[in-house]
Amino acid sequence: MAVIQFGYTISKPRAIDIDRNNLRKSDEILREMPELQTCIGCGSCTAVCTAGNLTQFNFRRVHTLVRRGEYQGAYEEMNKCMLCGKCRLVCPRGINTRGVVMLIKRKLGDF
Amino acid sequence: MKRNSWSDYQKQIADDKYYYARSCIRQNFFPGSEKAMLDMLRNDLGRDIFDDPLHTSCTGIGYHSDIVPLETIMTVVARQFALMHEAGYEHFISSCITSFGVYTEVLATWAEFPETEERTREYLYKATGRELHKPASLAHTSDVVFHHREEIAAKARFRLVNAQTGEPLRVVEHIGCHYAKIFPKSGIGGSEFPYVLAGMVEAWGGECVDYPERRHCCGFGFRNYLVQANRGYSIANSHKKLESMAPYKPDFIVANCPGCAMFLDKWQYAIAEMEGTTYGQNGRGIPVLTYEEMAGLVLGYDPWELGMQMHQVDVEPLLDKMGVAYDPAAKYLGRNGKYIGKPDSAVVNCSAQDTIYDMKR
Amino acid sequence: MKRVIVIGGGVAGMQAALRLAEEGCSPLIVEKEPELGGKLRGWHVLFPSFTPAAEVLGELKSRVVRSGIEVLLSAEVAAVGSRSVTLADGRRLECDAVVVCSGFELFDATVKEEYGYGIYDNVITSADLERMFDEGRVAKADGSRPSRIAFLHCVGSRDEKVCQQHCSRVCCITGVKQAMEMKRLFPEADVFNFYMDIRMFGPGYEEMYREAQQKYNVHFVRGRISEAAPTIDGRVQIKAEDTLTGRPLRMSVDMLVLLVGMRAGATNAAFEASAGLRRAPSGFMAPRDLFLGGTASPVEGIFYAGTVTAPKNVGETICEGIAAADAAAAYVKNS
Repeated sequence: MAVIQFGYTISKPRAIDIDRNNLRKSDEILREMPELQTCIGCGSCTAVCTAGNLTQFNFRRVHTLVRRGEYQGAYEEMNKCMLCGKCRLVCPRGINTRGVVMLIKRKLGDF
Repeated sequence: MKRNSWSDYQKQIADDKYYYARSCIRQNFFPGSEKAMLDMLRNDLGRDIFDDPLHTSCTGIGYHSDIVPLETIMTVVARQFALMHEAGYEHFISSCITSFGVYTEVLATWAEFPETEERTREYLYKATGRELHKPASLAHTSDVVFHHREEIAAKARFRLVNAQTGEPLRVVEHIGCHYAKIFPKSGIGGSEFPYVLAGMVEAWGGECVDYPERRHCCGFGFRNYLVQANRGYSIANSHKKLESMAPYKPDFIVANCPGCAMFLDKWQYAIAEMEGTTYGQNGRGIPVLTYEEMAGLVLGYDPWELGMQMHQVDVEPLLDKMGVAYDPAAKYLGRNGKYIGKPDSAVVNCSAQDTIYDMKR
Repeated sequence: MKRVIVIGGGVAGMQAALRLAEEGCSPLIVEKEPELGGKLRGWHVLFPSFTPAAEVLGELKSRVVRSGIEVLLSAEVAAVGSRSVTLADGRRLECDAVVVCSGFELFDATVKEEYGYGIYDNVITSADLERMFDEGRVAKADGSRPSRIAFLHCVGSRDEKVCQQHCSRVCCITGVKQAMEMKRLFPEADVFNFYMDIRMFGPGYEEMYREAQQKYNVHFVRGRISEAAPTIDGRVQIKAEDTLTGRPLRMSVDMLVLLVGMRAGATNAAFEASAGLRRAPSGFMAPRDLFLGGTASPVEGIFYAGTVTAPKNVGETICEGIAAADAAAAYVKNS
């Protein structure tokens, strides 16, 4: 389409656009595990994460993005989880974090 | 739009006897605008405005690109003020928003840190032998047009209304970031609801649209634009604004910053080339005007005298709406009647259909 | 009988006067409004129990009437001394001690211009929403039901731009309470609370916060809204950073509720100047000692109760009414 090569392209916005995102999957996830919504973002889960200490995997960030309707790549990220369960031991809100991993993988395999 | 707060932000704008500081880049992109400012003030409003060939660039572009150091720009600014005093003026007005921001910033720095003023005074004297005299008032030239808006309205030959339907034209006003975002109190209406352009638009019969990205930057950003590889996020900002204003079907955009007017105009071409997206009611782009061009049209100036043939997006649809007469054959004739050349056809120009780019090709 | 003037007829003032009467003093409440109740008038329900504010106010008011406490309404105080109070109309009231219960001011949300309060329809304050709850009519400006609502915490709190560096404390829990009330009224609506920190300082507050998250599915986004703008369909577009994902976030909402903070009382400066009192940097009155003299001022015979010294909730304010009255009663007995 473009006839002229300008040497740059229009950067795509990085913003999470809640108007554009479809929150249906996120709502489903929260309906099945409402406790996920009680996350206070303390980061304990990521601090102890076996995988997160060696890879970019950040459980807190991924599930927060999922709750905002950003599903792209969430399944692959959750695949990095080794299911050791340490995060569940430390969560001050008592969230079944391993269950969250399994649920997100189940719901978002297509994304 | 209810702008209840604009009157909280007032500033002193002199009524007469101005010292005029030009912009570096406006002469290239909107070559008739500064001339129109001088003509309007002198001939239509009968005011004294001094256009001094001795003054230089404020070096703002260099300053904002981390090339010109603070001490240097302060000394350059001090020299402009010294020239003003030598010419017998005390009201400094600047045609460029970046310059206006620079002058405001330098004056504020001198007020806050008097030792910097003393040092600058010394540098100026050593370098040029001139004496620093600070202006009695500092304003942007859009402030000056705002100040005279009722007088211009009284002399108006055209109004910002659709001549056919009598409906007010829908105008997007865009304020340069350095007008009031750095020193909100230095702008009419402050930084969130600036009234400097809106006041003109309303006084001359138009209506402003308030769209979600109204306060967003055009994306110029100096360094960020100057490096080619960074232009992707520079253009993305104008893109975001154009996308956001499009549903309101604006008749034109008016800006008070040299960079903003240029980018909002020229990027429409680049976006059309890159994405095939064009804005505007006719799919030929949204005309972008400077406030001098807007005032000039209202006062009945010839659009080609105002330099409007130099726009990327053609202004003819707007002229037709306002009922402004123009000679299509004279568009590309210069001031001496000589042919000045013509841009290649593009989708944001209104040239004959067969010369328009086939976007699908 | 010893005369003690209580400045302000809100919950602190009424409770202080009641206690003074019990202690055998003769209290006089001086209230600037035409009726008692202070800022709690028009408030719907109180956190964390959803107790109607009218229940608390009604009880205090009827006890004031039953106790035969003297009340001077529509009377503004211009100057304070430990032996007298001067009204704005020039009247001078003699007394043996003064309890200052003049409270706080609500932050004026129009000062935060970027949110467009007073300019955009459907941008309202927490006080406006509380009034809507109380009047039983919560709706968008055009009368329709909101389907997405955003609450913004810390409007006029923890914000040096508007000279309010202090935390107003109660807005966080008010935001949680009002979000839950909105979900009760509009179960199908999405509710987002934008916060910097959630400060749940009172009994039952943290539990309420958890309930709002888990049971009411209120979305809490850590990030302050930077600006609000109108959309073409009459909604409000907001921008923030979702700091927990490190990305900017934007959305349009049907209603934006600004949780306005508590500003120091407008008369504090005049009281400080007339009586030689002291104000904290926040503008609130500084008590004699933060630990051992919380209801005492640096001036003998002048006492404080309630939000005149700092943002407080209703329970704390009423307790201070009792404490200040006890201190004042002890002072007048010995003087």
